[in-house]
Amino acid sequence: MGSRYVLEMTDISKEYYGNRVLKNVNLQVEPGEIHALVGENGAGKSTLMNILFGMPVIHETGGFEGEIKIDGQPAMIDNPYKAMDYGIGMVHQEFMLIPGFTVTENIKVGREITNPTFLSKVFGKDLETLDIEKMRRDARVALDTIGLNIEEYVQVAGLPIGYMQFVEIAREIDKTGIKLLVFDEPTAVLTESEADRLLEIVQLIASKGIGIVFITHRLDEVMAISDRLTILRDGEVVATLNAKDTTVERVAELMIGRKVEKLIEGMGDHRVLSDADIALSLRDFYVDMPGERVKGVNLDIRNGEIFGIGGLAGQGKLGIPNGIMGIYDSEGTVELFGKELDLTKLGEALRNGIAFVSEDRRGVGLLLDESIEFNVVFSAMQIKGDFLIRLGPITIYDQRKAREHTLEMIKTLDIRCTGPKQLVGSLSGGNQQKVCLARALTLNPALLIVSEPTRGIDIGAKRLVLEHLIKLNREEGLTIVVVSSELVELRSMCDRIAIISGGNVAAILEPDAPDAEFGLAMAGLRKEGASIA
Amino acid sequence: MRALREKLSEIYENLGLPRIIIIGFFIVLLIAAVPLGLSVPNLLGDAIRRWAMYGILVLAMVPAVECGINLNFGISLGIVAGLLGSTTAIEMGIPNPWTSLFAAMAIGVLVAIPLGIGYGILLNRVKGSEMTVSTYVGFSVVAFMNLVWLSLPFKSGTLIWPLGGRGMRNTISLASSFGGVLNNFLGVQIGDPTQGLYVPTGLILFFMAACVVVWLFLRSKTGLAMSAAGSNPMFARASGINVDMMRILGTTISTALGAIGIITYSQSYGFLQLYNAPLMMGFHCVAAVLIGGATVRSAKISHAIIGTFLFQGILAVALPVANKLLPGTNLADVMRIIISNGIILYALSKTKEGS
Repeated sequence: MGSRYVLEMTDISKEYYGNRVLKNVNLQVEPGEIHALVGENGAGKSTLMNILFGMPVIHETGGFEGEIKIDGQPAMIDNPYKAMDYGIGMVHQEFMLIPGFTVTENIKVGREITNPTFLSKVFGKDLETLDIEKMRRDARVALDTIGLNIEEYVQVAGLPIGYMQFVEIAREIDKTGIKLLVFDEPTAVLTESEADRLLEIVQLIASKGIGIVFITHRLDEVMAISDRLTILRDGEVVATLNAKDTTVERVAELMIGRKVEKLIEGMGDHRVLSDADIALSLRDFYVDMPGERVKGVNLDIRNGEIFGIGGLAGQGKLGIPNGIMGIYDSEGTVELFGKELDLTKLGEALRNGIAFVSEDRRGVGLLLDESIEFNVVFSAMQIKGDFLIRLGPITIYDQRKAREHTLEMIKTLDIRCTGPKQLVGSLSGGNQQKVCLARALTLNPALLIVSEPTRGIDIGAKRLVLEHLIKLNREEGLTIVVVSSELVELRSMCDRIAIISGGNVAAILEPDAPDAEFGLAMAGLRKEGASIA
Repeated sequence: MRALREKLSEIYENLGLPRIIIIGFFIVLLIAAVPLGLSVPNLLGDAIRRWAMYGILVLAMVPAVECGINLNFGISLGIVAGLLGSTTAIEMGIPNPWTSLFAAMAIGVLVAIPLGIGYGILLNRVKGSEMTVSTYVGFSVVAFMNLVWLSLPFKSGTLIWPLGGRGMRNTISLASSFGGVLNNFLGVQIGDPTQGLYVPTGLILFFMAACVVVWLFLRSKTGLAMSAAGSNPMFARASGINVDMMRILGTTISTALGAIGIITYSQSYGFLQLYNAPLMMGFHCVAAVLIGGATVRSAKISHAIIGTFLFQGILAVALPVANKLLPGTNLADVMRIIISNGIILYALSKTKEGS
């Protein structure tokens, strides 16, 4: 062996198309150690793990720099099978199980124990029969190791979610010679008691001398079980700490800490914001959006403010606007300027003056095969009957008016195009976003919700879009709700920011609240007795 | 010189290779007709007549594609509705050909609307495989109607078999009802009656009127909402549009146009064709609109107009030319099958890139 570390990753750097996502990252894991890897979305955690597993995405984009050592020996891992050979296993966030197979089959899939038969002697090893007895015995051992007493012959399909996670763990530890096990947000989909159970199992596995890399957003878990932790931010290791010597607050601060450039400075602010003048109010609001469920949110957005909604991916922040707009089913009360909306009616929010710029620009936001002009005027035409002309008994599309309006929008928003007839599919991301914004503004809304305003657009266009939003707010008094995964963006322009975690509001913070508070809220450590989902 | 070249390359881009090949083929056939002793004006007249008589059936594809159910292979549903309207009008024994024609259309559309709504609801349940399902809906309804044609209690002598007194004939003459009524309205004969060119003005006007009505609908608020629902359902939903309703609407309009289309077709042809005659008509309509430049995701009225002319024009010209070249064979029919199925195959193989 000759080394005190089971895994050493030294000076790892990685570039995607000129964009440096990892910079000289070092990570060491001792046998039997639980090493936590924490960081925001996009901090580089997944990329680092992809490198460790030799995922094709790494090698298709030019490989990486740096060195990986397993047990002190340099390791060349250029595909996932090699990683397996080196004794590295992974428990995924989404289960990689076959629902129709039994627990045993799932544990043993790909590594079946077989008996030769007459056919296999003729046609080769692929036709050997399975030695179900032996496989069951092995599966039993693995299940017992993690203290899971379910029958090894039941089908995975009917098991509770938590159990599926345990089957996945059993599969990994059943692999002979496993030395290092990576858990990628294992508790994300578990209930609280299941999560506690899982943490116990993780400690149990570690006590058998297997090194553990534990990736999670939940800082309380990290503090509870890990020995050491490495904090990544923007592709760099900001600190490697002993869990004993630090506090949750300190970790949260290190995770977030970044300079925020205020975009709103220098803009005149004559707004009067008052808690009595509420534009949008959500009560007990539930949204059934897959992957972004909202579970009973209460929010009051004041008339005239820029309100930010942030949080990590999958925590439900995107569900809020999509539920309000009726794109996904929702429950609860939504009041706009004191008037209750009936969200079971399609288009209710639009008709009452809420405009929405979707985060899914190409899927929901645009008709890619249609012209800029048509995309800009479409919603206003459908909802408010603008851009229509009466010809006797019939009303048809008023192209002249639409053209005039679109030319004006192209000018105010600086949409770079060959003209209003250009198809939006051929525009750049930033210009497409401006077309979406133009459509929302054409509705002349009382409230504008912008979801991920800068996703997938370049830095210059980013700034333009954000500054235009601020201008609309300051000059025309438009109430704006910005939903974004980029905390920096929210802090640069919002009056208040709600952080969503686990489908609920974890905290509502001022933009210049300390980094630690943002970090704690995003990690789901709620303050003042908010219910835990 | 350069301006001309740019113009030509622009025309090339707009038309696309398949259409240029077909236009070229059409011209070659016309040129070949001259040394074979065929009358070119006569052939052209035939092409024009077939163009206008098939036009509305092909036009029926446009709302179907635009609302998102893709190509409506099940247009036979509208066709049998039209045939039912026609036979009922004949049974009523209306002497005035115009009244008879409009009665047939009115009844046909009334039958087509509930059928179209039901068909639309069915297609909403099979999103993603509309074209397969619509093909089988088309086939099934023809088979079902075979039973109906045999058992309808119609009594008119022109409808039922002369012997037995029960069940309708395969081919029903429209001479005593509305046969040729549109073709002869303001019809113009250019040149002598056997060799010259006859322009069926009334038929063309009726086809154009149908195009204008569909065009106006597609430019209306509802029509534009329907197109949006077809090209991006999520987008439409986000704009407060009920996508399923729009699909039902488009399917129903398509079915109703199918009913009007077959009546227009029959009055020009002079006969109603029952039983298995509508079986493959859906394929011809699909092929025609695709030749015109439509895809499974987008179809314009111009595609229907151009496509019908090219598809029917080739058939009208190729049949006599082939008969002269190889007498006694059915080469022309073989060619028609190759062209219509080939163009469908070509278009379907191109569908992925669009979506």
